[in-house]
Amino acid sequence: MIRLQDIEKVYRTDTVETLALSSISLDIAKGEFLSIMGPSGCGKSTLLNIMGLLDAPTKGDIRIDDQKTVRLSDKQLAQFRNKKLGFIFQSYHLINDLKVLDNVELPMLYRSSTAKERTQLATEALRKVGLSNRVKHFPAQLSGGQKQRVAIARAIVGKPEIILADEPTGNLDSAMGNEIMDILLQLNKTEGTTIVMVTHDENMARKTHRLVRLFDGSQVQ
Amino acid sequence: MLKNYFKIAIAVFKRRKFFTFISLFGISFTLTILIVLTAFIDKVINDNYPDRKRDRSLYVNKMTERGDQSYNGEALSFYFLDHYVRRLKTPVKLAVSSDYRGTNTYVNNKKISISYKYTNADYWDVTEYDFLEGKPFTKQQIANAERVAVISADIKRAYFGDVPSVVGKYIEADNVQYRVCGVVKNVPVTLYMLYSDIYLPYTVSKTDYSSNTGYRGGYYGILLAASSADVPKMKKEFEQMVKKLPMSSKEYNKIYCPAETFIPAYLNTGNEDKSGLVYALTAIAIFVLLVMLLPTLNLININITRIMERSSEIGVRKAFGASSQTLVYQFIVENIILTILGCLIGIILSLIVLKVLNNASLIPNLELTLNFTVLSVGLLTCLIFGLLSGVYPAWRMSRLNVVDALKAQ
Ligand SMILES: Nc1ncnc2c1ncn2[C@@H]1O[C@H](COP(=O)(O)OP(=O)(O)OP(=O)(O)O)[C@@H](O)[C@H]1O
Ligand SMILES: [Mg+2]
Repeated sequence: MIRLQDIEKVYRTDTVETLALSSISLDIAKGEFLSIMGPSGCGKSTLLNIMGLLDAPTKGDIRIDDQKTVRLSDKQLAQFRNKKLGFIFQSYHLINDLKVLDNVELPMLYRSSTAKERTQLATEALRKVGLSNRVKHFPAQLSGGQKQRVAIARAIVGKPEIILADEPTGNLDSAMGNEIMDILLQLNKTEGTTIVMVTHDENMARKTHRLVRLFDGSQVQ
Repeated sequence: MLKNYFKIAIAVFKRRKFFTFISLFGISFTLTILIVLTAFIDKVINDNYPDRKRDRSLYVNKMTERGDQSYNGEALSFYFLDHYVRRLKTPVKLAVSSDYRGTNTYVNNKKISISYKYTNADYWDVTEYDFLEGKPFTKQQIANAERVAVISADIKRAYFGDVPSVVGKYIEADNVQYRVCGVVKNVPVTLYMLYSDIYLPYTVSKTDYSSNTGYRGGYYGILLAASSADVPKMKKEFEQMVKKLPMSSKEYNKIYCPAETFIPAYLNTGNEDKSGLVYALTAIAIFVLLVMLLPTLNLININITRIMERSSEIGVRKAFGASSQTLVYQFIVENIILTILGCLIGIILSLIVLKVLNNASLIPNLELTLNFTVLSVGLLTCLIFGLLSGVYPAWRMSRLNVVDALKAQ
């Protein structure tokens, strides 16, 4: 499903060069639930962003669903992300000016869809994460766990084949974290969604199919 | 999609009340200034009451005599107009009138200031004042130096009160009693060559109009051609006449005295090398630029700040499938909504300001109106304004890297 080949990422600023990733090669199968662990600053987020086509590698090749992704235009990348990928972030990144339902509808805005379809899909996604009774709330009126569930609903509303989650439980207590983890596991099991998750929590990682450890930009396991 | 932009735009405006207020204030204030300015210019240029024959008239309002050491410019003498200009062949009529002068008069022991102006009989034929009652004084009355006066509607009300007719009654100005022979609709003071509260035959002037045989004095002339086709010919004849004028004194070696159509004459600086028209246009352009520039920069700045505040939103939208182009579009729509709101407020504000200006009569008799020209000029500038202030920030925003946008919070 996702194939990374010899990925290297160098951050250049005026004074320093940081080698964030070096020669990472990774094959992730369809339906796999993979977790990435490693100390802070080892390049986990960088790797995930590159997989999600949010950032370009300095070197290397990324194929998603057997499709080459280098040299896609801004528009093509946007469409690709919209159809294939769903993102979950540690700090939720909900749009505070929009109600829960509108937040969840967001990915559907960038596809041809009618308002009715959008509402229907968003309602269904919110039901899956158990938040049917909060559609008219604003993000500021929700708890952290609820916000993250809204973010999951947003990530799955377009039924993407891949979900990329960067420390989705990082800001939550263990009970809330487990709830979120259960939703992701459920999603992986019933829908067959490929999930890549960055985490600091060994317990969470243990529940996934495979664990990749990074250290200083290199894969160590 | 558009509806969604609307939704988010309104939500953003509500949330950022202060920014929204500043933006709206900037836009509406600018528009108000522009509309009032346009209304003013439009009034002065396009409203041709009472000189409705502008297309076949030339105005003479200033003469400059220049020497190596000296430079003198002012309006014309009666003598110059009567002697030299009257002898031209092309003009069918020559209106001669003095500049307006101020004096005081008393009504029930209350002092009111009043302006008066001397005219000849042709003045009433060349111009087309609306007579609310009575009629202008005649050639005969001028020849007899009769103390008669045409007065403005405003002065009628101020002096006589709300009475139906005042023709035949007497009005005092400069300690002389004049018999009213006509009442005319007001002329704004911006038409300085035509404005006055009362108009008197030039023969009743205390300062002897005929004793000054120099070229310069306190009079204006309007030359009327038989048709607009004759205007160039008339201009040429006038220029020839000026060229042949003998110098009035050894001090001088050059005379500049143009006969111009209304607008150049209105803006005549009295200096051959410095066209008043160019001056006026430059001044207006600079003014408009300044008035527009500050709020535009301000709005650009505000927009950039707003964008940076919303970088998380931009990152999220990009991550979930918005292309840079879509985001630029969204942001411009937002800005246009803001601009349109600002414009609406600006138009309402302008209506109020115009009303206040008219009522306060800061400029006597100047009735400013919001007409189609004024409105379309205002709206056009507004549109440019909206685009200017929206496009650059939108472009900046679309360049934002997704990862950086998401990180900044
Ligand atoms: N925009 C950037 N410019 C320069 N260096 C960067 C940039 N982003 C990340 N880095 C560097 O790249 C390395 C990897 O960063 P990354 O965010 O991927 O770490 P991480 O494993 O996700 O850490 P954490 O667990 O704290 O989130 C770090 O050393 C970081 O300093
Ligand atoms: Mg990270």
